[in-house]
Amino acid sequence: MIESETKRPSPETLLKQARKEARGRLKIFLGAAPGVGKTFEMLREGADLLAQGKDVVVGIVETHGRADTEKLVAPLEVLPRIEIEHGPHKLTELDLDAMLARKPKIALIDEFAHSNAPGCRHPKRWQDIEELRDAGIDVLTTLNIQHVESLNDVVAGFTRVRVRETVPDAILDDAEIEIVDLPPDELIERLKAGKVYIPHEATRALGHFFSKSNLSALRELALRRAAQAVDLQMLDHVRIAGDAGNWAAGERIVVAVGDQPGGEALIRATKRLADSMRATWTAVTVETPRSATLGYEASGRIAASLKLASELGAALATIPAASVIEGLRAHILEAKATAVVIGKSRRSWWFELRHGSVVDQLVRGLEGVAVHVMPTSITAETGDDETRTSRPFNVSGTGIGLLLVSLTTAASLAVASVIGINSVDLLYLIPVIATATLYGLRPALIASVVAALAYNFFFLPPVHTFTISDPQNAITFMILTGVAVFASQLTGRLKREANIGARTATENAAIAAFGQRLAVVSDETGTAVTVCDEIAALLGVSTMLLARKDGAVEVIASQPPNPSLGPLDVAAADWAFERSETTGRDTGTLTASDWQFHPLATSLGVLAVLAVGRNERGTPIPPDKRILFTTLLGQAALAHERIRLESQARDIGALKQRDDLRATLLSSIGHDLKTPLTAVVAAANTLSAEHGESGTTRTLKAEARRLRRVFDDLVEMTRIEAEALVVRHDVLDLTDAVVAAGQDLKAELIAHKLVLDVPSTLPLVDADPRMLHHVLINLIGNAAKFAPAGTSITIEGRRSLDGLALAVLDNGPGLPSGGEAALFNRFTRVEGDDMTGGTGLGLAIVKGFADAMGLRVTASNRPEGEGSRFEIFWPASLLRKPSAGAPEA
Amino acid sequence: MTGQILIVDDEPAIRRLVRGAVERAGFGVAEAANAADALAAASRDGCELVLLDLGLPDRDGIELVPLIKAMNRAIIVLTVRDATVEKVAALDLGADDYVVKPFDTDELLARIRTALRHRIAGASASGLTSAGSITVDLLAHRVMRSGLEVRLTRKEFALLAELARFPGRVVTHTQLLRTIWGEAHITDVEYLRVTMRGLRLKLEDDPAVPVLLQNEPGIGYRLSAE
Repeated sequence: MIESETKRPSPETLLKQARKEARGRLKIFLGAAPGVGKTFEMLREGADLLAQGKDVVVGIVETHGRADTEKLVAPLEVLPRIEIEHGPHKLTELDLDAMLARKPKIALIDEFAHSNAPGCRHPKRWQDIEELRDAGIDVLTTLNIQHVESLNDVVAGFTRVRVRETVPDAILDDAEIEIVDLPPDELIERLKAGKVYIPHEATRALGHFFSKSNLSALRELALRRAAQAVDLQMLDHVRIAGDAGNWAAGERIVVAVGDQPGGEALIRATKRLADSMRATWTAVTVETPRSATLGYEASGRIAASLKLASELGAALATIPAASVIEGLRAHILEAKATAVVIGKSRRSWWFELRHGSVVDQLVRGLEGVAVHVMPTSITAETGDDETRTSRPFNVSGTGIGLLLVSLTTAASLAVASVIGINSVDLLYLIPVIATATLYGLRPALIASVVAALAYNFFFLPPVHTFTISDPQNAITFMILTGVAVFASQLTGRLKREANIGARTATENAAIAAFGQRLAVVSDETGTAVTVCDEIAALLGVSTMLLARKDGAVEVIASQPPNPSLGPLDVAAADWAFERSETTGRDTGTLTASDWQFHPLATSLGVLAVLAVGRNERGTPIPPDKRILFTTLLGQAALAHERIRLESQARDIGALKQRDDLRATLLSSIGHDLKTPLTAVVAAANTLSAEHGESGTTRTLKAEARRLRRVFDDLVEMTRIEAEALVVRHDVLDLTDAVVAAGQDLKAELIAHKLVLDVPSTLPLVDADPRMLHHVLINLIGNAAKFAPAGTSITIEGRRSLDGLALAVLDNGPGLPSGGEAALFNRFTRVEGDDMTGGTGLGLAIVKGFADAMGLRVTASNRPEGEGSRFEIFWPASLLRKPSAGAPEA
Repeated sequence: MTGQILIVDDEPAIRRLVRGAVERAGFGVAEAANAADALAAASRDGCELVLLDLGLPDRDGIELVPLIKAMNRAIIVLTVRDATVEKVAALDLGADDYVVKPFDTDELLARIRTALRHRIAGASASGLTSAGSITVDLLAHRVMRSGLEVRLTRKEFALLAELARFPGRVVTHTQLLRTIWGEAHITDVEYLRVTMRGLRLKLEDDPAVPVLLQNEPGIGYRLSAE
C-alpha cells in the first residue's frame, strides 16, 4: 500500500506545483548574522539582471549609509516609499500598491522579516512579498537565520537575543535560498572596522552575539536550514515526477498543547521533529472541566500555540474529555499516532501528587508510541503567572448537605432503638450520595466527614464523645468514612462527565437547530437574517452578513442592526470576497479592522461574507468555540448555495414553461387554421367541378391558395423570431429542389415561362429540404408577382471557386437602388406592391431560413438589363462532393 | 373501378367535399369520423382504399396505418404541409401515398387511381412495368428506353427496380437505402442522390428537369407514370 501511495503524486503536491508555476519566484539571501553582506549580494544580482535587460525595480533597500552599497543602488530604479505617521515618528514603508501597479519582472526588497508600521495592508513585509508573488512578480530579499520561525528558540537559546520578527518556515521551503557566508573572523574584523549595522535588539548583548563561537553556531544553523529547504524542494520535485525514493511513510506526531507557558517553544520543537522525521503532525488540546476555569491569559496562550501550530503546518484537534490523560490517550489511539510530544511542566509536587504526572501516565499507558518530553524553556518574555479563576466554593450546596446530614442524624436517633446502630451508618450514606449528585465533590466530601463525625458522636459508644471504645466500631467507622469519600468521588466524577456530555450535546443540538432553521428559509434575505441572529446568539458576538451588489459591498443583515462600516472594513470585506480569505481582526490581512470577515465559499464562488465582532479586546471567536463556528459557517455557506441554485432552477423552469406554451400555440394554430382552409379549397374545387370553371372559381382557388401561403409565412416567421428553428441537415440535389418548387407553383407560373438552368452535374448541397423549398417558393413566387406576363423567370445554378450560387432571375422592374439590403427586413414592400398583395414577410423568411442553414442571400439588379436577381449562395464548406464513397457494384 | 373508398376525417366539411369529388369520379364512398368507426368501416367487405386523415380525435391516425394495411386496403394519408416526419412514418408503416392539405381534388383523384391500379395489378407475374418511354423488366433485369436497351450499373438498376415496384407512388429514402445498400447505410442519402443522378442522365430527356424520376423533398422518390 505504501508503494502505490508514493508512486502517484498527491493532489496537494500537484496543486502546490501548479500554484508555484503561476506565482513569482522568491530568492532569499540568507545570512548567519547582520553584516555578512546579504543586501550587497542582493543588489549585485539585481544589477546583473538589469544588465541582462530584465525589468528590475528596487522596492525597499536599507543601505545604512554604506558607500559601496549605495553605489550598487545607483543604476537601479527605486520606487519611492510611502510615509506613515506613527505618533511622533514618521516611518517609511514599502509602497505595495505602487509596486503592484508598476509590475516589474523582478523586485528587490530588503529585510524579509520586517514588521510593517500600523496602517499598512499587512502586518508583515513577508506578507507584502507574498502578495507581489501572487501578482507574478519575482522577488529578491534578505533574511537573517534567527528570523526563521522554527529556529527562533534555538537561536535565542545561545545568543541570548530573541528577535520578535519571524518568518514562517513554509515560505522558506518554497524559495530559492542563497547563503551569504562570511567566516566569523572576517565578520568580527568588519565589525571592528565599523562596517556592520547592528540591529537594536543586539546592542545589549553585543559582545556575546558577535563572539566567534556564536557566529559559528549561527553559520552552521544557516547552512543546515538551507540544506533542509533544498532537501524538501527536491523531495517535492521527486514526488511530482512520481517516483519517490525512500519515503519514511506513516509517521504521525501528536503534540499536547496546554495552558502552561512555553507552548510556542514546544510547537516549534515539534515542527523540527516532524520535519526531520518527515511526519505529519497534529496539535491537540484537551478540554476538561478544568478548562472552563482557565483565566484570560492562560486560554490566550492555548490559542496562540494552536495558531502557531496551524501556521507551521499542523492539523488541529480539540478533544473534550474528563482528564488530559484520557483525552490524549483516546486521540492517540484513534489517530494511530506514532509519537507524542509533551512539555515537562513545572507544577508543584503537591499538584502532581494529587493529579498524577501526565508524563508518567502517558509513558506508562501507551504501547508502541514514542513519547518525547520537551523541557519548557525559560524565555525572556514570559513572566506572567498563571491566574486561575478558582472554582467557586459552593456554599449553598455544602449547607444543604450539612442539613441533610442533620436530618439523617435526627431520624436515626429516633429509630436507633429499633434498628440498632449498625444500620445507622448505612443511613448516612444517603445524604452523602445525595449531596454528591446534586452539588458535586467538595460539598459531598465535607458532608461525608461531618456524617462520619456525627455517627461517631451520636451513635458509637461512648455516645456524645468523639472517641470509640469498641475496636469493631472503629473499623466500621473507618469503613463508613472510606465508603462516603469513595462514593462522593465517584458520583462527583460522574456528574462532571455528565456535564461535559451535556455541553457537547447542547452544542450539537445548536448546530442541528441552526441547520433546521436555515433549511426552512427560502430567500436570500431571510437566510442572511437567520444566519446573523443565530450565530450572534450562539457565540455571543455581533454579526453582519455582506453581499456584493454591482461591485459594491452591501450589508444584507446584521445583529445588532445598523452597524457602521468604515473604509478599512469595506476594504477587508472586498479582500475576503476577492481572495476567499479570512481578513480583519487577528488575521494576516488588514488587522486594524474591528471586524473579522469570513467568506462563505461555495461551488458557485464566494456568495457572501460573514463579519463577526466583539466589543472587548481579544479575538471575536475564542479557540474553544472555533470548531463550532467553522461548522456553523459551513452550514450558512451551504444554505446560501442552496438558495442560489433554487432560484436558478426556477428561472430555468420559467423559461421552459414559456417555450412549451409557444410550441403548443404554434401547433394548434397550424391545425385550427389549415382545416378550414382545406375546406375552402375543396369547396372551390367542387364548385368548379359542378358548375364549370369560371372567373369566380378561379379567383376563389387562387385566393385560397394565397391565404394558405400567407398563413404559412406567419407561422414560419414566428418560429424564426422565437429562434425555435430546428434545421434538419440533409444532402440535396438542387435539381430536385428546383423542380419541386416549380411544380408547387404551377398555378402561379401560368403566365410566365419557367426556365431551369441548373446543370445536373452541380455538386450536392447541404440544406434543410423543407426550408429550401420554402425559400425557393418565396423567391420564385415573388418573381412571378413582379415580372410582367409573358416574360420568363430563370433559375440558374453556377459553381464557383468558393461555392455554389443558385439565382432566380426575372425581367421585372428591378429593385430600387440602394434599397437592396432593406428588402430582407420584415414588412418592407417595394412601391406598387399593393396591387399584388403579400404580407411583406416573404423575404424576411427567406433571410431567416438562409441564415439558419448557413447560406447567404443577396438581391441585386441584373447587370445585363432589366430585372432583378435573387441569389442564394452555398459556401464551399456546405457542398458535398458527388462521388464521395458511394459504393458501386 | 367501382370499389369502395372510405373517407376518414373528423371535419364534416372535408368529408362532404371529398365525397362529392370522389363520387363524381364514379367511386362508391363510405365515411368515418373517428378511428374506431374507421376500423369498423375498413373491415367491411368491398372497401378497397382508405383516405386517412392523421389528426383524428380518439387516436393518432398513424396507428391505424398498419392495422388497415393488414386488411389489405390501399391507404392514402391526408397530412398538413410541414409534417415531413409524419409523412415518412406513414409511408414506412405501409401507406401507399400521401396528399397534403389543402389539396387539389384532381391531384387526390389521380393518386387514388394510381393506388387502386397498383392494387389490382398486385402480384403481377409479368414483372414488366412501364412508365413513359421506359419499360422495366424486373425478371430479366433489363431496362428499355424507346425500345433500346439501356445499360445501368447494378445500383442504378436496383434503385429503378425498387421504384418500379410501386409505380406512381412515393418510396421513402429510408426504404430505398435499406433495400439497396442495407441497414447500415440508411442515413447515407448521398448515395441515393448520386445514383439517382446517374439514372436521370441515362433515362430522362432532360436530366435537369426530371419528369420520370421525381423527388418529393424530404420524403423520397417516385417513378412517375405521367
